[in-house]
Amino acid sequence: MISIKDLVVNYGGIEAVKGISFDVPQGSIVTLIGANGAGKSTTLKAISGLVRPKSGSISFLDEDITNKDPVAIVAKGITMVPEGRKIFADLTVLENLKIGAYLRKDKLDEDIEWVYSIFPRLKERHWQLGGTLSGGEQQMLAVGRALMSKPKLMMMDEPSLGLAPLIVKDIFNVIKRINENGVTVLLIEQNANMALHISDTGYVLETGVITLSGPGEELLENAAVKEAYLGK
Amino acid sequence: MKSNSSNKKMGLSTILTIASLIGIVVLLYMIDQHGFLGSYWTRVLRLSGVYAISALSMNLVNGFTGQFSLGHAGFMAIGAYVTSLLIIPTPNKAIQYYVTPVLDFVGKMHAPFWLALILGGLLAAIAAFFIGFPVLRLKGDYLAIATLGFSEIIRIFITNLIPITNGPMGLKNIPASANIWWTTGICTLTVVFMLRLMDTSYGRAIKAIRDDETAAEAMGISLFRHKMMAFMMGAFFAGVSGGLIASVVGTINPGFFRFTLAYEILLIVVLGGLGSITGSVVGAFVLTISREWLRFLDNGFSILGIIKVPPIAGMRMLFFSVLLMIVILYSRRGLFGSNEFTWAGLFAFPGKWKNKAANLFDSAKQKAGRKK
Repeated sequence: MISIKDLVVNYGGIEAVKGISFDVPQGSIVTLIGANGAGKSTTLKAISGLVRPKSGSISFLDEDITNKDPVAIVAKGITMVPEGRKIFADLTVLENLKIGAYLRKDKLDEDIEWVYSIFPRLKERHWQLGGTLSGGEQQMLAVGRALMSKPKLMMMDEPSLGLAPLIVKDIFNVIKRINENGVTVLLIEQNANMALHISDTGYVLETGVITLSGPGEELLENAAVKEAYLGK
Repeated sequence: MKSNSSNKKMGLSTILTIASLIGIVVLLYMIDQHGFLGSYWTRVLRLSGVYAISALSMNLVNGFTGQFSLGHAGFMAIGAYVTSLLIIPTPNKAIQYYVTPVLDFVGKMHAPFWLALILGGLLAAIAAFFIGFPVLRLKGDYLAIATLGFSEIIRIFITNLIPITNGPMGLKNIPASANIWWTTGICTLTVVFMLRLMDTSYGRAIKAIRDDETAAEAMGISLFRHKMMAFMMGAFFAGVSGGLIASVVGTINPGFFRFTLAYEILLIVVLGGLGSITGSVVGAFVLTISREWLRFLDNGFSILGIIKVPPIAGMRMLFFSVLLMIVILYSRRGLFGSNEFTWAGLFAFPGKWKNKAANLFDSAKQKAGRKK
């Protein structure tokens, strides 16, 4: 669905991504794991157009989107759940969801109900300001907001960041459920265990290069991965 | 069942809104036809309405879009000059430009008041478009300084374009077309426009930009386009309010549109609450009325006959400094924060205060208990 070729991105004066290539097939969950500063977030930012790549190409559904601006990329059907959730604190939950569908011109009621069916908690709190939600609820809202654009590809930047283990489990279950609904997912995680369990393919990113790749279950058994990310 | 009860509530608040609107119209009629308030206080009310429009337009940019702009005085100046030049009777213009003769085209142009206001607003919006291109790429303090600079540039242009603007001598005998119906009417229209705007996807988008630019961009919101639209709409209403102010005051000169004017309006916006339409309107009326009412402070007064304060010009401004400090100390987000007036909120208000007072009382009692 999306394929990245030899992507090089400079970010803040350093070469954060040094020529990586990977594919996300339609209908799959793909995870990039790696430590802080490995270039995971920069890769997502480059795909969503928030950062311009230095060289390399990104193509989505056989169309080159390398230097497109963020608005055009969202319009193509790629949305991002940003790191640290970044919900709109002074807007109500419902307004947050509507903002997610900003580029759509059709009726939203059905999709709002769909998001509410995935996250019943959001329905209970639809009138509350985003900033008054708990961390887990904010993450739900961030995911719900991204879903409102009816994405073909949803990219998630560390959805488990700063959440209690039980809630992390919920979030990953939801990611699986969304994927079963036909949304392709590109996931970035430090919580390698959880992420690899649900993903079809995993890539290990280290200081800007891909050092390992393979099916999620296989990477979980890999000795190097175990040592570096699973604490063994 | 639930929808039924909320319908009933809706009905009640609609009735209350219509009733208070009728009340306002009757009041305006009394003021206008029967001199109910006297010409002095009527003028103060007219000014309050105009300041409310300026504050709303500034709030659109500073409060709702979160772009700290101080260029307001410049846009008001454009609106004021365009409107004045269009409504001053042509023979009168020739008399006013006695040093440098007026440009032929400017001397001859004339338009009805409503058209003059719209044209003033449009020209201010066009100016905002050109200023916005370089300026809106800036953020925070830099944006504030740059807009302030452009506002001063506009004023200096006006001072020096003598054949058009009559330079530092300003314009006089501007017809007082802006009676209380005009000012209150346009103020109401602006409020309705803002309320409707905030309920559209555009309104949500600018609030999203205020909350988090990166996230807004990731949702597919074009930052520059939305900031520009807000900036231009703000300038339009600022221009209209400038035109109204010219007509209420009767004379204008470049000195009137110094940056202090922008600060006065900023004071209204901050006092009322950044991001609150109600706050801007209430703030404008409270500040404008109290600025007049407090004039007695300038004439010297005595406190309980013991401390005698001699007449000092500008003494009343001290009051506003203190007021601003009190508001900032006790409600940092202004009188209304980013909330709006609702009838339900009004009825809940006394209860809320009772609770607050009760809490204070309880905690005081607890403290006293602990001391024992």
